[in-house]
Amino acid sequence: MASQKWYSSAIFILPGMLFGAILLRSEVLSWFRIQEMFRFQSFHMYGIMGSAVAVAALSLWTIRKLGLKSATGESIVVHPSPLKWKANVIGGLIFGLGWALIGACPGPIFVLMGYLQWPYLIVFVGATIGVVLYGWLKDRLPH
Amino acid sequence: MDIFKDTLPWYVAGPLIGLMVPLLLLLGNRQFGVSASFQDLCAWCVRQKDGYFRWDPSNNGWRLWLVLGMICGALILSYTVPATPVDISEATRSDLRGLGISQQSGLYPQELFGGAGGFSILQILVCLLSGLLVGFGTRYAGGCTSGHSIMGLAQFSLASLVATIAFFAGGLLMTHLIFPSLLPALLHG
Repeated sequence: MASQKWYSSAIFILPGMLFGAILLRSEVLSWFRIQEMFRFQSFHMYGIMGSAVAVAALSLWTIRKLGLKSATGESIVVHPSPLKWKANVIGGLIFGLGWALIGACPGPIFVLMGYLQWPYLIVFVGATIGVVLYGWLKDRLPH
Repeated sequence: MDIFKDTLPWYVAGPLIGLMVPLLLLLGNRQFGVSASFQDLCAWCVRQKDGYFRWDPSNNGWRLWLVLGMICGALILSYTVPATPVDISEATRSDLRGLGISQQSGLYPQELFGGAGGFSILQILVCLLSGLLVGFGTRYAGGCTSGHSIMGLAQFSLASLVATIAFFAGGLLMTHLIFPSLLPALLHG
């Protein structure tokens, strides 16, 4: 296992920068692109999601087939999240409403903040409050 | 194609995003997903020993580095690469004009959500509320567009399929029913 030093996983800053740059340069973090997607007026977002899932699935298959290990020496085993009907549906609907209103899901919120788009700093604060609220209420919600 | 001027086409951006999945697995056996970082951030602040906001650096730490990278990458680009107009379809532009959204430059409409020119109380509330829906909803659903709609769907997970359909249903409801009725207040409030 990874050591407990605070910098032991600092390497992940690099894929983060790459991911941020892609979200920005492909415009998927733009409110206008989200409007376009939910109005079915361009293939752009659907093409991105579809090809991302295809490449990810193919990569997972390859990793399993070749029995690849991580750089930390562990066997790579992925854990799909268990089905929780109510949580997946209700939580998903709530997220969808916020996503379409402000035009950003969690990844883009961080990238837009870094790109100095000030409203998303407030969105970030709101999202953090939302997560605290969920942590507080979770045992009382249907899952 | 000039990668600093033109929009990355879907067939370049999509596969690159898909490659994040093996990259994170090969680097440190980590499953792609962003929304849990809000939980990690809270855990980092409160340092609880157990419960929902339990801080365990070997499990929560990496995602904070990932989002720090996303912020820093964007910050560097904000100073090095000039912003280009979003290349959306004319149909969307004309729909938005029809709704009264005339300002269509930048990454989002400043007349709705505010910006460098300042914020109205209503704009602050709308930003806070949308953030709240995103934070609460993704943690309730157990993931967001990255964790469910990419990582989860790539594993053919039923939970992720259900969640992705729900994300979309919520988004359609907002775009076509709720947003148009909120607009007059946002534009003139």
